[in-house]
Amino acid sequence: MSSLQSLDVVARSATTLPTPQIRTAAPHVAKLIDESKCIGCKACQVACMNWNDLRDDIGNNVGVYDNPSDLTPSSWTVMKFFEVEPTEGNLEWLIRKDGCMHCEDPGCLKACPSPGAIVKYANGIVDFVSENCIGCGYCVKGCPFDVPRISQKDNKAYKCTLCSDRVSVGLEPACVKTCPTGAISYGTKDDMVAYGNRRAEELKERGHQNAGLYNPEGVGGTHVMYVLKHADKPQLEDLPANPSVSPLVSLWKGTTKPLAVASMLGAMVLGFFHYMKVGPIEEKEKTEKEGA
Amino acid sequence: MTNSWTDIKNTDLVLIMGGNAAEAHPCGFKWVTEAMQQRKAKLIVVDPRFTRSAAVADYYAPIRVGTDIAFLAGVINYLLSKDRIHLDYVKLNTDATFLTKEGYAFEDGFFSGYNGERRSYDKSTWGYQTGKDGYVLTDDTLQNPLCVFQQMKKHYARYTPELVSRITGTPQDQFLKVCEMLAATSAPDKVMTICYALGWTQHTVGSQNIRTMAMIQLLLGNMGRPGGGVNALRGHANVQGITDMCAYSEVLSGYLSAPTDADDTRAKYLETRTGKPLRPNQMAFTQNFPKWHTSLMKAYYGNAATKDNQFAYDWLPKRDAAYDILAMFERMHQGKMNGFLCQGFNPLAAVPNKKKLSAGLAKLKFLVVMDPLETETSEFWKNYGPLNDVDPTKIATEVFRFPTSCFAEETGTFTNSSRVISWKEKAVDPPGLAKPDSEIIARLFVKLREMYAKDGGTLPEPIAALNWPYINASAPHPAELLREINGRALADVMSPPDPKNPAAPPTVLVKAGDQLPGFAMLRDDGSTSCGNWIYAGCWGPTGNLTARRDNSDPTGLGVFPNWGFAWPANRRILYNRASADANGKPWDPSRKYLAWNGSSWAGGADIPDIRPDAAPEQGVGAFIMNPEGVARLHAVGMAEGPFPEHYEPFETPVGVNLMCPTNAKAVSNPAARVYKGDLEAFGRKEEFPYAATTYRLTEHLHYWTKHSRSNAIVQPAPFVEIGVDLAKEKGIRQGDRVRVKSNRGEVVAACVVTKRMKALDVNGKKVHHVGIPIHWGFKGVTQNGYLANALTPFVGDANSQTPEFKAFLVNIEKA
Repeated sequence: MSSLQSLDVVARSATTLPTPQIRTAAPHVAKLIDESKCIGCKACQVACMNWNDLRDDIGNNVGVYDNPSDLTPSSWTVMKFFEVEPTEGNLEWLIRKDGCMHCEDPGCLKACPSPGAIVKYANGIVDFVSENCIGCGYCVKGCPFDVPRISQKDNKAYKCTLCSDRVSVGLEPACVKTCPTGAISYGTKDDMVAYGNRRAEELKERGHQNAGLYNPEGVGGTHVMYVLKHADKPQLEDLPANPSVSPLVSLWKGTTKPLAVASMLGAMVLGFFHYMKVGPIEEKEKTEKEGA
Repeated sequence: MTNSWTDIKNTDLVLIMGGNAAEAHPCGFKWVTEAMQQRKAKLIVVDPRFTRSAAVADYYAPIRVGTDIAFLAGVINYLLSKDRIHLDYVKLNTDATFLTKEGYAFEDGFFSGYNGERRSYDKSTWGYQTGKDGYVLTDDTLQNPLCVFQQMKKHYARYTPELVSRITGTPQDQFLKVCEMLAATSAPDKVMTICYALGWTQHTVGSQNIRTMAMIQLLLGNMGRPGGGVNALRGHANVQGITDMCAYSEVLSGYLSAPTDADDTRAKYLETRTGKPLRPNQMAFTQNFPKWHTSLMKAYYGNAATKDNQFAYDWLPKRDAAYDILAMFERMHQGKMNGFLCQGFNPLAAVPNKKKLSAGLAKLKFLVVMDPLETETSEFWKNYGPLNDVDPTKIATEVFRFPTSCFAEETGTFTNSSRVISWKEKAVDPPGLAKPDSEIIARLFVKLREMYAKDGGTLPEPIAALNWPYINASAPHPAELLREINGRALADVMSPPDPKNPAAPPTVLVKAGDQLPGFAMLRDDGSTSCGNWIYAGCWGPTGNLTARRDNSDPTGLGVFPNWGFAWPANRRILYNRASADANGKPWDPSRKYLAWNGSSWAGGADIPDIRPDAAPEQGVGAFIMNPEGVARLHAVGMAEGPFPEHYEPFETPVGVNLMCPTNAKAVSNPAARVYKGDLEAFGRKEEFPYAATTYRLTEHLHYWTKHSRSNAIVQPAPFVEIGVDLAKEKGIRQGDRVRVKSNRGEVVAACVVTKRMKALDVNGKKVHHVGIPIHWGFKGVTQNGYLANALTPFVGDANSQTPEFKAFLVNIEKA
């Protein structure tokens, strides 16, 4: 999606060399979603589609309030509704704004084989650069939160950009601006962690003993965080308890990749010596006979 | 709202009942979340469904639809029997001490004076005893069995927690928990607010639903105080403005009761509406009624309204019968109406019993629809298969469609729930040939006036003499209209004689031609003109105050005095004198709103709602619009009784009123109007066993946003909601198509099966609810659907005639 140059890139998919950087003062940013103040109004969904010029299909009702019922290439954030009873007989209607978590250690970027198709900026935002995307879907497998979606129309991957275009010019993301109840906040990561912890304490005072901040360590923390009423059971809302980058991605990009590169180089070297020693493969004069 | 959106942040407890603020008012709901976060306020939701509001609430209690009075009456009983009221406040600010008449009685579901044939009450035994001096008799000890306090106590003692639970289906422990949380705000330093909406009004007992809550707020001492009040959340951006300006038949602008056949002279009309104090020293503000009305007539007829012609009183229509929306469609259905101008209104979708409406519209000669959108009403004659199964060859109604501009395409004002009038400029031009409504009406008027001038006619004066001072007669500018509404001096407005110095010559308060600074300047001698007395001051001598956008809040109490203009008099909390005690000291020093400073009430956070120099020892009451000066626990103005009483919805899943189980005539509101044919159209529980209710979703606004793609994406298709138990009984699974039927029609839609709607135990039987969101129809970009009002009953509240959309009976099956 992004083609922004004004944000410093600190990591690039399928690229080992770091990008040169001159600026050093970019603070880490974060979005904080306070579940206790979210009423599931979907204003954020509409703001997202309006700011990003996306219009999903007009779907159908499949028996739930969630619409569209899941993330799509044109719906980068959706509200998910969960009717749960954390304790028997005590119904709660948990509503979670789903979308990219902008991991500090992004599995999608690690998994991506296309140079520069996924980047991470100095402020922590993880962004897809569509023109470099080859639509292989590895980012989908690499994501511990099941966020990226591949478009059937242009075969490219899409997800929330944390409004990197707005953020780069000093604006808050569109969803933050539009949220009517103040359930979504935006600021530096440090401020948001502090505010999130404070909100969790306030919720504990109100009787939500297990309230807490969701900022999972397994992916190095995230730049989209939640204040959850049941931080001890994020699975209630379809959030992984201990998300981490898939070992397959780590294996492939960690151990396997240098090995693969070594074997490729080895094959080339072997090939070269084979050529020098044996010479080129002679083409038999078959074509004329076949053509006759 | 008696208070304002921004004032909600001052509260200690929010009760959401008869509404779903998070769903239907998400932007205003921010002040609830603000109170919860900053003040640690608690939120209670009482609703048949576990709503989006309930999702963020501290406490939720379920209730059967249409039983709110039983619940709230039970709360009153709890407060009175456990002595959890703010007694000093009650004595100071209510009629608790007043003596009721000796003949007043309540027995077996009826108050004294009931006439079953006419379905109405002779109210002569209701009301207060008065002495020889014309003032009401009181008992300050509250011991006299005839005093309002004792009568009220007796009336509500019948609502025991056990009985309340049997009627409402609310489990007793949950009911008592809510009672206890509410009762805690009887402490002078605790305040509760109540937010309600159409979940209370759209019942045959709608007005009494709200009155019961008002009584609770009075007993708890929460009216007129920051963070308190009884707050109606209005459902359109400008519906408050519509009611203020009188887009209906019973009142003139500014809630001036409209003349009826009985008011054959101006003198008689004014006399019956002009208040006289019922207690010494009371302001009885309606004694100014002649000033408001005369100024309105001057706005209507200008120089043609003179003393000699009774200020054109004879030109006003005199109502001979009811002309509310149900009465109108009843007439149409009887073939007694030829034409219908339908402006910004989609009745086929928005009025109950679509079948009856459709039949009525088909009897018209012409129908004019003025709307920015292609409404269902404008295509009522077109066949849309089962969604609108009509035969166009049999309908002769000629339909005209006038495209109008949308709110963003016109300059003007919005008046919101907080009574704040906000000026706004148009953002874009309307598309194509669309015109602002005011221009369409003006052109119609100019044409009609020409026709009267040319052809004459019966009584041409009301049209011919109408004051039409606009620069462009065919397109009045909104600024011209707002200045006219505010009013101006037609001659110099002089000061009244000073009682302390009667010899002093009067001074000029407002020069002839100047805009009026407020309604205090209105006169009944024809020297002032004002289009709506409560809006006076909004465009005064200093300019357009509704265009102010100063968001400073000097006291931090959410007053924002220089943001727009709040009617009346830029006052943000009504009855705010009641925020202070008998001596003029604030009940809660930490929320100091108004205080007596020894010589005046002025200088507080808000404009005082009392004469500024009324010293506390004079005993001037805070409820200045009532001739009593206090608020009414016992109200004779209500059609069905001075104390709210529980009556079942007209379609009841119980079939009996447990408050008077042997009186079959008092099952439902005995004073509600039922038309012939509609009684037969009510369904019975044997055939339609489930309690149904209709409602809005946050993703849509009524029947408008189904024309908007963004809204359609986030809530694309019609659905109904049922609980898990009922789904099991009926073999319905998540997402199945279901058919919902009432005795009047049917709806087919997808089914949302939810844990959020639980079967309630009502009088020993299980009652299931069926929830029906209203937003779909056969026009728009969403998936098409059936109009929900195919199902709803054609009967309204006994006082306001608001239809009973919120409680009726249906059956449901897999489609």
